[in-house]
Amino acid sequence: MNNNSVSVRDLSLSFGAVTVLETLNLDIKDGEFLVLLGSSGCGKSTLLNCIAGLLDVSDGQIFIKDRNVTWEEPKDRGIGMVFQSYALYPQMTVEGNLSFGLKVAKLPQAEIDKRVARAAEILQIQPLLKRKPSELSGGQRQRVAIGRALVRDVDVFLFDEPLSNLDAKLRSELRVEIKRLHQSLKNTMIYVTHDQIEALTLADRIAVMKSGVIQQLADPMTIYNMPENLFVAGFIGSPSMNFFRGEIKDRGGRKVVEINGVDFAMDAYPARGPLEAGRKVVLGVRPEHVKVDEPGAEIHDAVVDIEEPMGADNLLWLKLAGQTISVRIAGSRRYAPGKALQLSFDMSMASVFDAVTENRI
Amino acid sequence: MADTVTLKGQAAHAAASRLTPGPQGKKPRPMFSPRNIMVYGALIFAAAYYLLPLYVMVVTSLKGMPEIRLGNIFSPPLEITFEPWVKAWSSACTGLNCDGLSRGFWNSVRITIPSTIVSIAIASVNGYALANWRFKGADLFFTILIVGAFIPYQVMIYPIVIVLREMGLYGSLTGLIIVHTIFGMPILTLLFRNYFTSLPEELFKAARVDGAGFWTIYFKIMLPMSLPIFVVAMILQVTGIWNDFLFGVVFTRPEYYPMTVQLNNIVNSVQGVKEYNVNMAATILTGAVPLIVYFVSGRLFVRGIAAGAVKG
Repeated sequence: MNNNSVSVRDLSLSFGAVTVLETLNLDIKDGEFLVLLGSSGCGKSTLLNCIAGLLDVSDGQIFIKDRNVTWEEPKDRGIGMVFQSYALYPQMTVEGNLSFGLKVAKLPQAEIDKRVARAAEILQIQPLLKRKPSELSGGQRQRVAIGRALVRDVDVFLFDEPLSNLDAKLRSELRVEIKRLHQSLKNTMIYVTHDQIEALTLADRIAVMKSGVIQQLADPMTIYNMPENLFVAGFIGSPSMNFFRGEIKDRGGRKVVEINGVDFAMDAYPARGPLEAGRKVVLGVRPEHVKVDEPGAEIHDAVVDIEEPMGADNLLWLKLAGQTISVRIAGSRRYAPGKALQLSFDMSMASVFDAVTENRI
Repeated sequence: MADTVTLKGQAAHAAASRLTPGPQGKKPRPMFSPRNIMVYGALIFAAAYYLLPLYVMVVTSLKGMPEIRLGNIFSPPLEITFEPWVKAWSSACTGLNCDGLSRGFWNSVRITIPSTIVSIAIASVNGYALANWRFKGADLFFTILIVGAFIPYQVMIYPIVIVLREMGLYGSLTGLIIVHTIFGMPILTLLFRNYFTSLPEELFKAARVDGAGFWTIYFKIMLPMSLPIFVVAMILQVTGIWNDFLFGVVFTRPEYYPMTVQLNNIVNSVQGVKEYNVNMAATILTGAVPLIVYFVSGRLFVRGIAAGAVKG
């Protein structure tokens, strides 16, 4: 086969009458950092557990390093896994936690010591080796949990929401550390999260999932800028993309989207096909792709409703074409509520979806 | 900068508290409030209600028969004697044997210890398998086991007598141990299953990724985390089996009678005068083992019940 590290073929999983995953296909390249992103219950953790071998699949195949591991035990798959709750063995010291799997595999003690020392050095947890998990902070515990995957010397790392139990500051610290780890180890990593920031910052590619189906699989910038459907567009980005329901109209050869009687010219939009007049669409524009008081092709008047200064950014909520929209501008530009201003949309960065199929057009 | 701000804040706060002469600090609570009198009164009454019989037993067991005949059961002994205790232990008569409760005590020990160990060993593995290795038919198996817990013992006595007779174990200590082990199984399995279910599932998954199998996970991961629930199971079994009367009398021969059966025979023996002091001493001796078990491990018992029973 090719240089795929992990391949999932027609994977299905159902518990009784409930189908969690249905004929799912996924190829993860060697050394790639893939993030499975979705809200809870979308099947992302289930997929990870299937790859780990902790859940038996109903149908389909799983390959790791071109080896069919569909029926293999977790330990024989060449994977290491990090869990949300750390899952450290409470009665063992950090050293015991790191070496447990190696002892079960009956490795020689010298090799065990070497690997534990190396993992402890990489994760900078040498001073903690003799401590029990209960004596560690959340960040230290998760470091040990990563270490436990590290000592196994495996091809593929699986992370199941590893940062969700940490507070915001630790989360961003460990996020950087995981990225650094990936850059130095160059292992394949599959990372499950519901946090879009983690997904965008860590991933080489993101698979956005919903109801057991991958909605879009692409690099973070493509996911962010060219969402494949309405779900992906609404899921990624904070605050969420502004959506306007409207209809495509032909205004003397120029295509526009008419929203509540207001026309938005579509000249700059990189459409995939012809925009037929009369088609019901949803126009999506990210808050940072709305220009305020700048010369543009098309100017719309709006009034500031609420201002949310966030330091680096300033978030304005205003009324336009009968809808509330959010606009992100530089933090230094302040607008008091009630102030009138002029908006123009950067249509080259907008997204247009079919109102019925909800797919990008 | 930040320091000065907090200092200023504290100063302002202090000034404000001085300005208002009203209540400040901890609210005083009188010791003899109606609420306290109600609560402690009820507690003391309940405690006395339960302790009074024990008091009467201890006091009576330390009196000689002439003093008991005076009839004042609540008065402390005028002359303390340990003779009833010695007699109850080593020379009280049950039928033809006149070697006291000691024989029954050792019989009970020989019944209780193996029954407790075997039943807990099997039930803990059952519970572990049911909680973590959801094998095919696990739910059905569990349901059957739980239904077993609700069938009255009396219904099963005669069939078990026949089964034991066919196995050649009727009347032996081994037979009684097997019966105790089986009857402990439903409730103990439920107890262990609920406890193991309450442990984080990810620990089990992590151990599987680490390559541990069924027994390695059980012994290396689950057992060390389960001391409280093992103590609970131990207490349930020791007290339950020690206090058992029915199975002891049905499934054994007189020379293997457990302590409870012997106690009954001493207390209810019809020949001669009723020796209340000996009966009291014998009863306390019989109840001593569960009592000691509770005292020694009561704290762990409460912790285990809370850990195991709430979840699941």
